[in-house]
Parts: sequence; structure tokens; C-alpha cells
Amino acid sequence: MVKLYSGAEIVFKCLEDQKVEHIFGYPGGAVLPIYDELKNHPTIKHILVRHEQGAGHAAEGYARSSGKPGVVLVTSGPGATNVVTALTDAYMDSVPLVCISGQVPTHLIGTDAFQECDTTGITRPCTKHNWLVKDINDLPRIMHEAFDVATSGRPGPVLVDIPKDIQFAKAKYFKPKKEKKLKGKILNKFNQKDIDQLINLMSKALKPVFYTGGGVINSGPKACELLRELVSLTGFPITSTLQGLGAYPGDDNQFLGMLGMHGTYEANNAMHDCDLLINIGARFDDRITGKIDEFSPKSKKVHIDIDPSSINKIIKVDLSIVGDVAEVINSTTKNLKKKNFNLKNSNKQKISNWWQQIQKWRTKKSLNFVNSSTIIKPQHAVQRLYELTKNQDTYITTEVGQHQMWAAQHYKFNKPNRWMTSGGLGTMGYGLPAAVGVQVAHPKKLVVDIAGEASILMTMQEISTAVQYNLPIKIFIMNNQYMGMVRQWQELLHEKNYSESYSEALPDFVKLAEAYGCVGIRAKSPDELDEKIREMISIDRPVIFDCQVDQDENCYPMIPSGKPHNQMLLGPKDQDENKITGKGKALV
Amino acid sequence: MSKSKSAYSTPTKLGKLDTHIIVVWVDNEASVLSRVVGLFSGRGYNIESLAVAEIDHKKSLSRITIVTTGTPQVIEQIVLQLKKLVPVHKVGNFKRDNKNVIFKEMALLKIVANSSKIKKALNACKKYNPVILDQTNKSIVIQITALRKEIDNVTKNLKTRGLVSASRTGAVAMTRGAEIFN
Repeated sequence: MVKLYSGAEIVFKCLEDQKVEHIFGYPGGAVLPIYDELKNHPTIKHILVRHEQGAGHAAEGYARSSGKPGVVLVTSGPGATNVVTALTDAYMDSVPLVCISGQVPTHLIGTDAFQECDTTGITRPCTKHNWLVKDINDLPRIMHEAFDVATSGRPGPVLVDIPKDIQFAKAKYFKPKKEKKLKGKILNKFNQKDIDQLINLMSKALKPVFYTGGGVINSGPKACELLRELVSLTGFPITSTLQGLGAYPGDDNQFLGMLGMHGTYEANNAMHDCDLLINIGARFDDRITGKIDEFSPKSKKVHIDIDPSSINKIIKVDLSIVGDVAEVINSTTKNLKKKNFNLKNSNKQKISNWWQQIQKWRTKKSLNFVNSSTIIKPQHAVQRLYELTKNQDTYITTEVGQHQMWAAQHYKFNKPNRWMTSGGLGTMGYGLPAAVGVQVAHPKKLVVDIAGEASILMTMQEISTAVQYNLPIKIFIMNNQYMGMVRQWQELLHEKNYSESYSEALPDFVKLAEAYGCVGIRAKSPDELDEKIREMISIDRPVIFDCQVDQDENCYPMIPSGKPHNQMLLGPKDQDENKITGKGKALV
Repeated sequence: MSKSKSAYSTPTKLGKLDTHIIVVWVDNEASVLSRVVGLFSGRGYNIESLAVAEIDHKKSLSRITIVTTGTPQVIEQIVLQLKKLVPVHKVGNFKRDNKNVIFKEMALLKIVANSSKIKKALNACKKYNPVILDQTNKSIVIQITALRKEIDNVTKNLKTRGLVSASRTGAVAMTRGAEIFN
């Protein structure tokens, strides 16, 4: 007779067959059978968080730094609703998550039972797909399909809601089928004609630019290698979105820095003036494009993406190539080489004027700031952190706000999967739990959460998780006592009416660290900064670093308000010449 | 542009709106309709009418017919977004003025009036395949099949002829000739 397994056993058998090693979760009434089963599966380690949102973000950090799907286990009702922010965050940033939630027993569904909520209803808009398991015999199929959906095509979160009686019920178990076809939804639709067209456009271009995004990183380390080869082969300049940082070396000469609202002067001007824009795995986000009507007006546009619905969603393109970034780039470079079509040499002359123009823009040094010898400038803090950590393989997470932009601008990433930030949803409180997840995936590596004091308080409780599992994450708080980005907008757009953006009461972060059982360090002046950062790195325990920075610093450059890419607002020096007009205020 | 202080761009000029009929073949499973309808409401697409029923019991397939309006870009997005949904098998997209596609809606009309008015009412429905489903000496229930606009007109005309209740379906669609949609 075939052996029958309980629903809880089936869940773990699926996780084992999917090669899951870590799950992030929080127990509760409706998932107790699954938690009871945990002890029988020593290859799977459970990380107990302090809040379900933390479990979700930790799984995101785990997934983005390792390339494997993150797995979350939560209970019904509040357990499920607490994880919604993290699911939405993962959905916006294309992070593969599999969330398993408990549900009240089948016969109580719809009766407003204790800790009941319509979990699949609530999470429908923030998952790629979700399932409510009503029949135990469906459980193995659904569990395997969940991993397939989460990791295939454009990755994203999925949720499997399992009522408590199903966790007890018994059924046969099936291993995952190899090569499951998701109704033709696996997409590599491009053909040779597309590649030929792309190469034709590339050979004609006088002012080309690559604009690459998170899709390159999601496609895998191979895609990043191939991208480097393509960029070097063509000699074209390259800029990256926030999520794409690390796909191409940040310190390479062909790299123009990040583009978009707080991107560099050269990257945004190149986007505006180019005659060929090649988008690889990015989605023309509104923080990138600025004013749509005046976005890159003179260029032919190419969009390479695995998600067909990303094409022509915001910006109409001239050539769309639907496929996995790695395969498209691979095919392109192969064809370039086959035709002995070394653009770098043959086109060097052709695009040399373009590079000269770019060099001119570079002389603006748009990331410059006025440093101080008495007060720590936040940009300086990030630069010092970079200089003191660049010699080891460092993973950076961030919260959301000014510090996030400064980190993106001043920390140079040379490898993919080293940069975890909440871009699409912009979730304050993302960085600390994400750092927990990253450290779980990479126990020996240095993991730093570049944070703001307002963001960190949103998920502060997870420091307790880090202490429990000896995860030596470093929480580098750039403390200016303001919600900095809110304050900046209020200064620039709302006549300095700093409505509710100042935190009048903040904890003593050093004492707080000690109370949690980790180490607190405080830096108040620039001359002690290096020494304190070194101290932080040397400690093999979780550290909260309270870096007290200039309260009034604004994040520049920025594309203001109703202006296209070529009308950026640079730092304080430049500003007197370019006041934001009333018309311009809309886009900030 | 007004002096907006929004953190977002102001909307650009809207393109020309077209009416399309979107046909979606889906697995007939729990909550599939809410996924489709939720996609429309979540992304701000418009639904003019909706018809859904199982068409293949063995394969458990349902066919959803949605009438919607939007700019060409929005219609393209609707189709692409629908195709991403896991239970969706295929998506058909037809312009309403496409001559190769038949669109029909059905309506049940109840008229309570004297016999001469009822006669007039029936007469008004003549062109739209009227079927009398129930009749008493004071009332009649007529079934008609027609285009949305035609049904609009009929019901408007019948208001003065004793129409007390109208029940309508959404549009369903079928291609003409021997071709089938793939």
C-alpha cells in the first residue's frame, strides 16, 4: 500500500524536494501542525522572527542575495495580514517568495472564526498567484506549482493558504514533475530576426546607451557576466537603475552611475540625448523616466525583458525582445562575434564624440557635496563605509529615504546580489530584516544595513532575531532625527513647513543595542568616524551604529518637477542659478 | 499644468478610446473570476459588461467575455496582464466594430400594460428576435437578443409602453465563418 502522509508532512517533503534550507516564520494556532512537524526535518532550519513583516523581508533578503526563493511560514489572520507589506514589496521588486499561511479549518471558513481572514482575497493583488488548499490531495501539486510560479519568468511572491484540518488530513505525496509547463507562460519568444535588428541598430548608433535594471540580476550571475562582455565588446556607456546596481562594476569607466530622480548628471543627460537606448531588464519606472513626454526624445528604444506586459507599458519602444536577459545577451554577443563585428574598434570613431560629451558632463561631478570637518556629512559616512569595506565581500541592505539614495550613489557595487533595497514599494523598515535574511544565506560575510533612524524603528524588533541566531549584522544608522526625504521635499516644495517629519523623541541607540544584547557604537564627529567604523566591522556580533549626521543635508542631484532628464538640480552651488519654478514642482 | 505639489507626474493627454471585446479562456476554479475582475479594478481598467460561464465541463474551462474601453496602450496592457494570470489559457481581443465577429447581448423585458400597449411593445422588439416566454392578459415577458445599443434603444422606447423590469446579460462573442480563434 502507498504510504499516506499528513498535510504537514507533505509541506516539509515538498520543501525538502525543492531544496529549501531555511524558512522564516512565526507560529500560531492555525499552523501548529506544521510547526509540530518541523523537528522531523533537520535539513530545514527555521528562523523565528519577531513580526511576520520581518519574516517576509528576511526571506526577500535571503532570496535576493542567494538567487533562491525565500520561504515564509505564518499563521492565519494577523499572521497573514502582517506579511502583506512584504509580499507587496516582493511583488514590486520581482523577488521570488513562497509564503505558506495557516488558515482556520475548512468548515469554519467564512464564519468569522477566531484569527480568520480572507487571506487569498487579501493577497491576490500582491502575489503572482495564490492558492487556498481545500483538498489534501491537491497539496503536493500546489506546493510544487507554487515554487514553479515564484521562480519562473519574472519572479515574484506566491502564497499557499492551508486550513488546519488539511494539515492533519492524509494523502499520497508526489515529487515535483520535471519541466512543468505553465500553460506556455515560460517566455523566450525572441528569434534571430530580433537579434539582427538589435545589432543593426547598434551598428548605426552614434550616441548609444545601455540602461540596465534588476532583470539582469534576476536572470543570474551568468547574465551579469554576459552583460559585462557585451558592454566591453560594444564600447557603449552603461547606466543602471537602483535595482540593477552591481550587475555591472560600479567603478568601471564605461559605467555612468545610477540614473533617475537622484541619478548622476552624466547618466540622465546621456539618457536624454542618446540616439539608441537599450533597456535590459528594467521597467521605465516613473522615478526613472521623469516627465514621460520629454523622456529620451531623440532615441530609438529597445526593450529586452522577460515580462511581455512590461513592454510598451509606459514608454513605446521601437524594438521589443521578450526573453530571459542572459539568453538574449548571449545570442547578441555570439552574433556580434560571429560577424567579427567588433564595435569597439570599428565604431570607436563613430561614438567618440559621444564619449567626449559624456566626459564633459562628468566634469560637473554631480555627486559632490560640501564636506565638513565638524559635522559628519551623510555622503561622507557612506563613502568612508565603502572605502573601509570594499576589500571584503560586503552585502548592503538599506531602508528607504535619503540614506538609501546616498548609499546607491556613493557605495560602488562590483558584484550582483550584493545590494538589497526596497525600490518599487519603498518600504521603510525593509533593511534590518532583509539583513537578517542575507546573513542567514551568507553566514561568514559582512552584512551592513545602511539605515535611517526613522526607518529602523519600524522593524527594530528584528534585532532580537539577529541576536538569537548570532547573526552579526551591522545596522549603520545615519541619524539626522528627521524623516530626511520627507523633510527635503517639505523644504523644497512646501515652504519649509516641516510638518510631522521631525522625531522629537528617539531612543538612545547605544543603550537600545545593549538592551537587545548586541553592541552599540556612536559616532559624532568626522575624525572619529573611520576608527568607529573599523571597530564595527571587527566585532563578530550584531552592532547598532548610531552615526549622527548633518540634519539639513539634502540629497542631490535630483530631477525636479516637471523637468526632463537634462534639467537636473545639482548641489547647493548650482542651485542659486536654477531655482525650481512653480511649474516645476509637480515631479519632485 | 497647475502648481501641483504631487510627488508624481501629471497625467499626459489621453489617447483615443476604443471599445474592445476581450475573451478569456480560464480554468473554472475557485476565485478565478475575482482574479480577472480584480486585475481590472486594481489597474484602473474599465468594465462595460461581463459574461461568464463554463463551456467545457470535462476540461473545466470557462469563457469570460468582457467589454471594455481604453486607449490602444491600455487594451494591449489588459491583454498582456490577463495572459500572465496562472489560470488563464488564452485571450482573444476584438474591436467592437470588427465585422468578422458577432456580438450579442440578451435581455428579458417584462411589460405590464393593456393588450394594445403590449402589442405595440412586441412590435418595437420585432427586429431583435423576440421570443415570448410568458404572457397573461395584463403582462408579457419578452426575450430579445441584440447589440447593447439596440437594447438600450428598445428599453428606452418601451418605458412608455409598460416596461416595468429589464434583465440583461453582458455581451458574448463568436467569430464568423469556419475560423476559430487560437
